[in-house]
Amino acid sequence: MNGPHDMGGMQCYGPVEPEQNEPVFHGDWEKRALAMTVAMGFAGQWNLDISRFARESLPYDFYLTKSYYQIWIAGLQKLMLERGMVTCSELESGKLEIPGIEIKRVVSGYEMTAALDAGGPVDREAILEPGFAIGEQVRAININPQGHTRLPRYVRGKVGEIIGVQGCHVFPDSNSKSEGENPEWLYSVAFDGQELFGFDAEEGNTVMADCWGVILNTPDLKKLDGIVLN
Amino acid sequence: MSDSKKHTHHHDDHTHDHSHWSDMDLKVKTLESLLVEKGYVDPTALDVIVETYETKVGPRNGAAVVAKAWSDESYLERLRENATDAIAELGFTGRQGEHMQVVENRPGVHNMVVCTLCSCYPWSVLGLPPVWYKSAPYRSRAVIEPRAVFSEFNVEIPSDTKNTVWDSTAEMRYLVIPERPAGAENWDEGKLASLVTRDSMIGTGLALLLSEVSS
Repeated sequence: MNGPHDMGGMQCYGPVEPEQNEPVFHGDWEKRALAMTVAMGFAGQWNLDISRFARESLPYDFYLTKSYYQIWIAGLQKLMLERGMVTCSELESGKLEIPGIEIKRVVSGYEMTAALDAGGPVDREAILEPGFAIGEQVRAININPQGHTRLPRYVRGKVGEIIGVQGCHVFPDSNSKSEGENPEWLYSVAFDGQELFGFDAEEGNTVMADCWGVILNTPDLKKLDGIVLN
Repeated sequence: MSDSKKHTHHHDDHTHDHSHWSDMDLKVKTLESLLVEKGYVDPTALDVIVETYETKVGPRNGAAVVAKAWSDESYLERLRENATDAIAELGFTGRQGEHMQVVENRPGVHNMVVCTLCSCYPWSVLGLPPVWYKSAPYRSRAVIEPRAVFSEFNVEIPSDTKNTVWDSTAEMRYLVIPERPAGAENWDEGKLASLVTRDSMIGTGLALLLSEVSS
C-alpha cells in the first residue's frame, strides 16, 4: 500500500534532530509497549509481516504524528481487535468482558531469554537456483499493491545491479496476507542515487535495497527470477 | 491537558508532543492488565524483555564486534564470510540479528544504514534504535541526501567519498565497521571498543579519535 510509512525520498519532514544522551526508553510505558509487542509476537496469532502491515495501514495522520511506540501499541490493539482477542470497550475500560481466546503459545518468564536469543530466522531451503547473478543488471518491477510490500516506491521501475545473493527468504507480500511464506531468492541491489532521484540527488551516492527475485526483472523486462519469458 | 502534565522535548517538538505521556501510561497499563488477565502474556516474561533491552543488549555488543574486527584479521574474514555466525561467536544472537551483514568503511567509501519503510535495526548488536532513527526526517532523507543528513550529525565526510546507504527493506541487518582511527594500532580490543560509538556503527558518525577518549 502506498502509505505514509514509505518515506524514502520525501523532503518535507525537516532536519534530523538527534537527542543528546538519549535514554533507551522515555518513560515506563515505552518499556511495557516494547515488551507487550514482542511477547504477543510469540503468541502465533500473526506473523512479522502481518504486524508490519497493521502498523503501516493505521490512519495516515496518526502514523505521521505519533511516536513509534504509540504506533506499536495502536498496531497491537488493531491486531487483537481484528482477531476478537479483545473488545474496544475492554481497551477503554480495562475491565474484562470476554475470556481470552486460545492462543498458540505463551512464553513464560523462564523461557523468554532463550526465545529472544533464538530469534526468528526467515531464510528457507531453496527449491530453485537463483535466477540472477552478481553483476547482473535488474529493474525493480512497478507494483502498487493494496496490501503489504517491502519494495519502496522510490525503487520501483529503477535499474540497479545485483551485488549480493542473500539466500531464499520468506516473501512478505504473501506472508502478510497469510497466503504462505513462498520463499524467494533475496538479492542486494545497488542503485545509483541519480537513477533513483535524478539530477536533484547528491552525486556519488549509491542506495542498496534488498529485493526478492519475484519483484525484479531484467532491464528490458524479458526475464523474471528463474523464468525466461518468450 | 494541564501545564504540569505537559512534557515536551525540544528535539522533536515538530513531530511529537509528549504531553500525552501520562495518557499513554494509562493506556498501556490498561492493555497489560487485560493481556495478563486473558492469559495472553506472562508478566514476568515482559520484565525479562525490558531487562534484556535495557541492560544486556546494546551498542557495547556491536563495539566488541568492531574492536575484534579491527584487531583480528581472521575474525574480520569470518565477518565478511558469514557475519551472523561470526557475531554469534561473541554470544550476540537473537531477534533482529538473525541475518547479519557487515559493511566496511574505508578511505573513499562511507556506509550508512536506514530503514525507510519502518524501523529495522540490528538489535542484537546495537540494542533498540534511537528515536531519530525511526523518525520521518531520517527515514525520508537518508536515501536522497545522505550528505545533508551527515551535517545534521556534525559529521564531515570528505567531498570525494562515495556514500553507500543500506535500506533495510528485508530481514538483512547491517552493521557498519567504521574506519579505525590512526594511532590505535597497538590498542587491545577492550580499549579499541571505547572508540566505537553507536552512531559510528549506523554510519551517522565516525569512530572517536584517540584525543576524544581518556587513555
